[in-house]
Amino acid sequence: MSKPGESMTYRHPGTPARRFTYRPMERVLLPGASAFAIGGVLLHASPWFGLGLALAAFVAMWLLTQSRLSAALITGYVSAGAAWYLVAQADQPELVTAGFWCHVIAAWLLAWACVEQLAAIATQSRLYQWILGVLIPVLFGVWLLILWELVTRGLEVPQVLLPSPSQIAQRFTSSTHILWADFRQTFLKAVLIGYTIGCATGFVVAILIDRSPFLQRGLLPIGNLVSALPIVGVAPIMVMWFGFDWPSKAAVVIIMTFFPMLVNTVAGLGAAQAMQHDLMKTYAASYWQSLFKLRIPEAMPFIFNALKINSTLAMIGAIVAEFFGTPTVGMGFRISTEVGRMNVDMVWAEIAVAAMAGSLFYGAIALLERVVTFWHPSVRSS
Amino acid sequence: MTVADTVIDIERLSLTFPSSDGDVLALQDIDLTIRRGDFVSFIGPSGCGKTTLLRVIADLERATAGTILVNGITPKQARLARAYGYVFQAAALYPWRTIAGNVALPLEIMGLKGEAVRSRVGKNLELVNLAGFENKYPWQLSGGMQQRASIARALAVEPDLLLMDEPFGALDEIVRDHLNEQLLQLWAKTHKTVVFVTHSIPEAVYLSSRIVVMSPRPGRIHDIIDSDLPRERDLSIRETQAFLQLAHRIRAGLRAGHSYDELA
Repeated sequence: MSKPGESMTYRHPGTPARRFTYRPMERVLLPGASAFAIGGVLLHASPWFGLGLALAAFVAMWLLTQSRLSAALITGYVSAGAAWYLVAQADQPELVTAGFWCHVIAAWLLAWACVEQLAAIATQSRLYQWILGVLIPVLFGVWLLILWELVTRGLEVPQVLLPSPSQIAQRFTSSTHILWADFRQTFLKAVLIGYTIGCATGFVVAILIDRSPFLQRGLLPIGNLVSALPIVGVAPIMVMWFGFDWPSKAAVVIIMTFFPMLVNTVAGLGAAQAMQHDLMKTYAASYWQSLFKLRIPEAMPFIFNALKINSTLAMIGAIVAEFFGTPTVGMGFRISTEVGRMNVDMVWAEIAVAAMAGSLFYGAIALLERVVTFWHPSVRSS
Repeated sequence: MTVADTVIDIERLSLTFPSSDGDVLALQDIDLTIRRGDFVSFIGPSGCGKTTLLRVIADLERATAGTILVNGITPKQARLARAYGYVFQAAALYPWRTIAGNVALPLEIMGLKGEAVRSRVGKNLELVNLAGFENKYPWQLSGGMQQRASIARALAVEPDLLLMDEPFGALDEIVRDHLNEQLLQLWAKTHKTVVFVTHSIPEAVYLSSRIVVMSPRPGRIHDIIDSDLPRERDLSIRETQAFLQLAHRIRAGLRAGHSYDELA
């Protein structure tokens, strides 16, 4: 026999088990998807396809009450299949009717419901959390591309205004050698070299002027002035000074990245609290000891802030600087010439390269930041 | 009492802080001698200069008049000789260093390396009952454990003099009682001279062999009380008549020094 109290539950005997309730978005998305699917059929689009979509939405409504994961799977699969079917239809102008667009909206609502359900899945497993964390933005991005594809094909948008993602992808794969050469010229040379020199000198100068309030007061306002200089004014001058090849672009990047690093490092070196300085004083620590053991570690969040800002600035600087004179290679050069030749898909392919390179660059620095400033409350809590 | 027994010798010491509405007299005519092995508490309301006096001993502030000798030399020479360990109101541990790394910090600054650092870190963490927490980061420990780690850090330089500025002020009373007990055991084990700033009467009576009662505006010493409590004591001593009498004398001293004036 169990001891009294041990087997007791604190639920009142009359209380029923907690009833399932739909989340607000689920109440809108899935009925909305079936409504648009049926609406499409009424507007003379493919009846079997429309009824199939509506059925999938109803099944998902019911499955939701059982398991969020299976509902997410069915909406995910059905919306993916629907996207494939709709893209194939979009090339035939006689099929692109009001009913077709109803079905596009229905498929998109299904995909949205899929993302909603994935986001609502509560899991303790770190691995699943990570997978969901990657999957949700990827699904979101893929559906943005699908809608882009459908709109450009279905509405026959002129290629000069907006090429479809598939056209851009085709151009991308057929001109990888050009893209690689441009990437090497602009990113591997101008951006990386300029960024490294700009950030390093900004950091070193911050340390050099650390002991001189005079220099700090004199240099920082000039720094603000220089960071306000328009890059379109500086770039042609750098081309005159350093020639057409990448060194002039690297020089623009150095100018753009130097002062953010200087200003942030100076601020970071002043971030340590008075008590921590007193502590170093009681140890009879030298200037350099308290610099390396206290002030630079304390400045790290500021320094990484500058590194992240500068990664974006460096990309912009190098690409825009190439508009003002360059050998016949480079991402900025390609963008400006291909626009002139109406090859907008090539421009978009370069934009895709720039976006990927920029994101990876930023991501790598953000990752390094998490490793180096693991102790900072903003990193610790997440 | 021989000269060699005197750790801190203060004569007619004054300190004024310049401020926008005239100079503020933070300390006035302080005369105080602290003997080797004493546990001396400075007690008084905020603004009485007790922390300032401790900071003058540590050479974190400079006196504007009078003389002060620490170990027979000036506070600056004593600081450069690493004659004392200082425990602040907050633990002030570096969050990017582990507990062991924090305790090793002053040793690294002294230029010690390798095994010498490791053995001293281990020994001092054991003294404050933190063995086993070497690889934790400060933010993973409770406030009481952080403050114990900061005491181990102050002890790591192996000073004969320990300066403590309201080290347990931010902790709750249960943790504070516990740390007070441990501090007394530590004092008994290491025979160090301790100068301790507090605004808690029971804490001052419980810990100290001598109690310096200070009063504000200007900061000055009102009374110096030699405790007749036995050196070996535990928390139950706080119920005894002798303890209560000492506490009463401190309270009377604080009142006579007008410490309670604007609180009434």
